[in-house]
Amino acid sequence: MSTNIDNSRREFLRMTSLTAGGFLLGFNWLGNELKAAPVAINAALAGDVGFNSYISISADGIVTLFSPNPELGQNIMTSFPMIVAEELDADWSKVKVVQAALDTTKFERQLTGGSGAVPHSWMRLRKAGATARAMLVEAAAKRWNVPAGECIAENGFVIHAASGKKLGYGELAAEAATVPVPADVKLKDRKDFKLIGTAVRNVENQKIHTGKPLFGLDFYREGMMHAMIQRPTAFGLKLKSVDSAAAKAMPGIIDVVTFGNNVAVVGKSTWEVMKARKVLKVEYEKDGALESSADHDKLFHDLLDNGKATVQRKNGDVEAAFKNAAKIIKSEYQCPFLAHSPMEPMNFFAHVRADGVELVGPSQTPASARTAVSKLLNIAEDKITLQLTRLGGGFGRRLKFDYVTEAAELSSIIKAPVKVTWSKEDDMTGGSYRPAVRYRFEAALDSNGNMTGYRLRGVGINSGNPTRQDNFPSGAVDNLLIESVEHVSPITTGAWRAPITNFLAFAEQSFLDEVAQAAGKDPVEFRLNLLQKARTSPAGEIKYDIGRMEGVIKMAADKAGWGTKKGVYQGFSVYFSHRSYVAQVCEVAMEKGKPAVKKIYAVADCGEVVNLSGARQQVMGGVVDGYGHAMFGKLTFKDGETEQKNYNTYRLIRMKEIPEVEPYFVDNGIEPTGLGEPALPPTGGAVANAIFKATGRRIKNQPFNDDELFGGKRVKSTLKKERPG
Amino acid sequence: MATYNLKINGKSHQVDVAADTPLLWVLRDHLGLVGTKYACGTAQCGACTVHVNGTAARSCMMPISGIASSEITTIEGLSENGDHPVQQAWDEVDVAQCGYCQAGQIMTAAAFLKRNPDPTDEEIASAMHGNICRCGAYHRIREAVKLASTKI
Repeated sequence: MSTNIDNSRREFLRMTSLTAGGFLLGFNWLGNELKAAPVAINAALAGDVGFNSYISISADGIVTLFSPNPELGQNIMTSFPMIVAEELDADWSKVKVVQAALDTTKFERQLTGGSGAVPHSWMRLRKAGATARAMLVEAAAKRWNVPAGECIAENGFVIHAASGKKLGYGELAAEAATVPVPADVKLKDRKDFKLIGTAVRNVENQKIHTGKPLFGLDFYREGMMHAMIQRPTAFGLKLKSVDSAAAKAMPGIIDVVTFGNNVAVVGKSTWEVMKARKVLKVEYEKDGALESSADHDKLFHDLLDNGKATVQRKNGDVEAAFKNAAKIIKSEYQCPFLAHSPMEPMNFFAHVRADGVELVGPSQTPASARTAVSKLLNIAEDKITLQLTRLGGGFGRRLKFDYVTEAAELSSIIKAPVKVTWSKEDDMTGGSYRPAVRYRFEAALDSNGNMTGYRLRGVGINSGNPTRQDNFPSGAVDNLLIESVEHVSPITTGAWRAPITNFLAFAEQSFLDEVAQAAGKDPVEFRLNLLQKARTSPAGEIKYDIGRMEGVIKMAADKAGWGTKKGVYQGFSVYFSHRSYVAQVCEVAMEKGKPAVKKIYAVADCGEVVNLSGARQQVMGGVVDGYGHAMFGKLTFKDGETEQKNYNTYRLIRMKEIPEVEPYFVDNGIEPTGLGEPALPPTGGAVANAIFKATGRRIKNQPFNDDELFGGKRVKSTLKKERPG
Repeated sequence: MATYNLKINGKSHQVDVAADTPLLWVLRDHLGLVGTKYACGTAQCGACTVHVNGTAARSCMMPISGIASSEITTIEGLSENGDHPVQQAWDEVDVAQCGYCQAGQIMTAAAFLKRNPDPTDEEIASAMHGNICRCGAYHRIREAVKLASTKI
């Protein structure tokens, strides 16, 4: 066997060596975001992990920016540094970005979720950059003995125009680090932005394109063991017995250990572990309900009729509104479970030693993961380090840290460094899922076609509250009741990109189209009328921005030429989620008697766009994600076990199936409000509304591909059968 | 266990592994070439795509015993300096989101463009249809393949 190459470590050293030796200026922003303080530089870089600074500038002018939040494809490693570099007036070609390790004493909200990273950090990143710029200017002014006010910073230099003097940041960094930290700094006017709002390429492109070790699964440590874990094969089962004799006798196997319901096979290489796992003899016994999707279908109807509901919002007199209605529209919508299914399987490296714990891998919530490991092993958090790798997708799956704690627990048992790798099947059969939900909508119209009453009852499996009771059209209908019912199940669920709204938006925007049709109104005009009603005579509290929602509606209608096109059928949808507003128009053409989704226009109001390239990716990817899962996504259960285990039966959208997507952004100068999720929710509704226009058939259940319009359940996957074993 | 002599990225390597070990795991666990990705493990998604004698192939289900004297190229060996026209195009178009599938996408595209240097959009979509991108970066993948075709 050839010698293993420690790629991860080599890469890590190469990155840090960019600043080692010449590292001269650092900041952290512990607690008070306004206060940036120089830190002891070499101490910060001496260890493998535990960076404690955010900005550093080397003597040769390289600006190193530590990016604290987990990168899973939302492009935070590029957009965060852009914000700092903008205010720092750094030369972008000399900026190096390094993923920071978990450090709750230096960074706040070091997590990826809720489309919240840029909104949360926008001002503090700008202030960090502006503070460093002010200190560099001050250092130059001192050296030249001129007023700081006569100097400007530009592209990595401080310039004194009157004398023609000019010094690079690298030459000034040592002195700048000794300048008192200014209490307040002036931020740029947005009209002076040079980087923000432009299209900047992903700072890790070159590494991605050449196969450098970036991801958790790529991490390697000399002496590390490989492990896979056999977990219960269905929700509602627990471990009864294990016969691991045959597995232990397999080549390359070091041990087989059992903890909780887990049977871990530990060996020298991944493939040897995979093979040994197949000869484990494991028996399970019932530990809870073994639920099936067919049971859930029945349960949903029962709960909608008879379930004990929690009132989430109530305005006016709903009973009276329906009693006096000229017309009542009632409709139900249902979605299945979905797997997150990021491309990189779950994995984590853990090394539990007598003096502490080292954790390395992909996590959306590193701080929570560390806390959980601390509690589990009864080891103080300050003895636990967590180095983040790049995440090969997340979509909410890596908000959970089950795969982190089990790696730590296994390492503590075998007393060795170990990387636990999940297979795709492990995650699809034993991960966590977007909950299955069913909604019942009812609307009351008066004789003028005004919506006077609105009722929504949502039921879900481990869904929590499957409504967003304060979202539009709440506030625009005088008499409104939003209720939820939850069924508690052994099936694990969790946040899935745009939690709840990823399906609620489709159901609600489809239903509003039904109501508009019943009222004899154009769908766009109908929505705008409701918003006007919310503005002039609001019903209860309004927690969305009416103007921003109107803005995206009007711009989407304009960009798509709403109602003016021949040969295509258009569907409309608009949704507010995670602080941002997105409206979409879908165009469907009839081809060989079937609806073909051709194009989706998407207009986003996410406030200031930081990186136009990354922002377009989030919108286009969000639309493809929303469309793909609405069209094909389906995870079903039989006796507690998923019926889909890998991509051959769990269908994801592929290239030939994508519609064209045209993204647009509202330019209103509002502070950023987030874009990782908001483009996804409106897509299903826009598509279904366009399909309705084209065919007269309203699709109410996901996935659309199961509908008879697309051949229904008779259509089999064209992909190969699952590999046996 | 048996000894296999492999030609990978123009270099000779000797590994001592079981005959059924997939090329993917020889690359990743034994040679430290981790650019080739493990995802579905069942040849469904294309993340593990490498070139075998110039043809795109899924390494996750390819036993090492069947490779014999084949010339293997991985993402690490596609170009000397990361400047293969496909790699350049991927950067110019700024394709990657999470980036996990992109090595497989690039290897599929590079082998395809060798066969068909002037493809239509439809031909690109057919060629790339086997590679899943969970982030949904398909528009830019298609655009980058098109751009790369002008550089080859």
